[in-house]
Amino acid sequence: MARVIVVTSGKGGVGKTTTSAAIAMGLAKRGHKTAVIDFDVGLRNLDLIMGCERRVVYDFVNVINEEATLNQALIRDKNCNLLYILPASQTRDKDALSQEGVGRVLEELKKDFKYIVCDSPAGIEKGAHLAMYFADDAFVVTNPEVSSVRDSDRMLGILSSKSRRAEQNEEPINEFLLLTRYSPERVKLGEMLSVEDVQDILSLHLLGVIPESKSVLNASNSGTPVILDEKSDAGQAYADIVARYLGEDRPHRFIDDKKGFFRNLFGGK
Amino acid sequence: MSQESKKTTNLTIALEFKTSTFSVPVLILATDDLSMLEQQLALKIKQAPEFFKNAPLVLDLQEINKQGYVVDITELVGVVRKAGLLVVGIRAGNVLQNKQSLELGIPVYSAQGRDSVVENKNLVKVDDVALISPVSSKPEEIKVSVPTTLITHPVRSGQRIYAAGDLVIMAQVSAGAEIIAEGNIHVYSTLRGRALAGVHGDNEARIFCFDLQAELISIAGNYKVSEDLGASVRNKPVQIYLQDNALIIKDIVLHH
Ligand SMILES: Nc1ncnc2c1ncn2[C@@H]1O[C@H](COP(=O)(O)OP(=O)(O)O)[C@@H](O)[C@H]1O
Ligand SMILES: [Mg+2]
Repeated sequence: MARVIVVTSGKGGVGKTTTSAAIAMGLAKRGHKTAVIDFDVGLRNLDLIMGCERRVVYDFVNVINEEATLNQALIRDKNCNLLYILPASQTRDKDALSQEGVGRVLEELKKDFKYIVCDSPAGIEKGAHLAMYFADDAFVVTNPEVSSVRDSDRMLGILSSKSRRAEQNEEPINEFLLLTRYSPERVKLGEMLSVEDVQDILSLHLLGVIPESKSVLNASNSGTPVILDEKSDAGQAYADIVARYLGEDRPHRFIDDKKGFFRNLFGGK
Repeated sequence: MSQESKKTTNLTIALEFKTSTFSVPVLILATDDLSMLEQQLALKIKQAPEFFKNAPLVLDLQEINKQGYVVDITELVGVVRKAGLLVVGIRAGNVLQNKQSLELGIPVYSAQGRDSVVENKNLVKVDDVALISPVSSKPEEIKVSVPTTLITHPVRSGQRIYAAGDLVIMAQVSAGAEIIAEGNIHVYSTLRGRALAGVHGDNEARIFCFDLQAELISIAGNYKVSEDLGASVRNKPVQIYLQDNALIIKDIVLHH
């Protein structure tokens, strides 16, 4: 059974696109045929992070409008032949997406792919709504600061009340917390919320913590998802997250020097 | 105005469940013309603005359904809300209307509710729309014992829950969320949002929570904001009630 994963947050600039690229690559690398869709119509940048911006011919909106077939628009990744990218249109606005159209494209993708990762735009308006509407699982990307946590909480409310699963009274979307751009030093200085604080406010299953890392910038400059940088802390953190999502037990890392404490708290789940 | 039923005591938690009976005015609709309705409603309200201000209301759809009129409940409720009235139920709706109503979080009462209605002969007819006369001190009453609303999932920022009776929440209430009840509110977790109990003036209503971190608490319109909550009452199980128009916040002592 194919699964639709939305990577969402409410707030912008928290690491949704970075995360979408990394986990889509991670799932594909582990042998699952995966598609990643850029829902940020008008502000596309997933193609840049994936390094396929110079191969874009057709986009998501073309497919929705039936101006191109899905096969024409999907771009095969240069590093992994199980990974495909469906880029956003840069020249349209978010009104070009319709719920019916998005549903149709996702249904078609589900026939051929195991995982479909939807990179949500910021906000809670139409684009973000459509990105989450058909989801089975949600990766809620949150930075350790109050406004990001608040926006994630708001998005969680929307996931649980406005999604297709909610509307049709089906089993709710599985919600996972991804805490990104985490800096133990700044937590210590009291400049950032701790993992514990965020967990306490959101009460959500923690899938993983991604440290603030220079490797993310390097990866996006070179157009390769950071998960392929296996030596980097952020790359390893994303690899852990993919493994946990697939059901493996992995202790949490990159949290802080109270490692033992957090291992007891979150490890082995 | 509220009639207390048997008290149930829990050996481990000092809480209290109550059943209450409320008097609620009923608006009997006789037209599907929303703009006409809006106009006449405004006229009525002008006659007694204090009476109607934030008044709870049950919409009776029997007449319009008998006439075969088609009304969109969402739009209808919108018109009534715009007039400053709070719709707390619909009565005698059809399947579709009931569904729409429930989607809006508005309870559905069956047509049998009319049996217990104290008919008011002083109904003032204004063209097609029959409204309760605001001059009459005795509005038409519908007596319903309202069931408790139970919520088992977290109430997130931006979400709002309204309960016509008691409201029991088994998960956290986030900052930026709002929980409102005509009766008591119980939160068996952290309360970070806004909690308003007894919103129709029930001075007996109480709020109970496991961990008080609320942005605002209110009972029958008497409120305190986060700033007013001292360290002595925060981050612990408390109950909140009214005494001589003052909000009292008291620890709940758990006996083990
Ligand atoms: N773990 C991280 N460490 C350092 N920088 C990061 C990290 N995650 C994201 N960033 C940076 O934050 C910015 C926003 O990331 P992006 O993934 O585009 O966010 P969003 O899609 O939520 O708007 C980018 O400049 C990105 O390089
Ligand atoms: Mg983005």
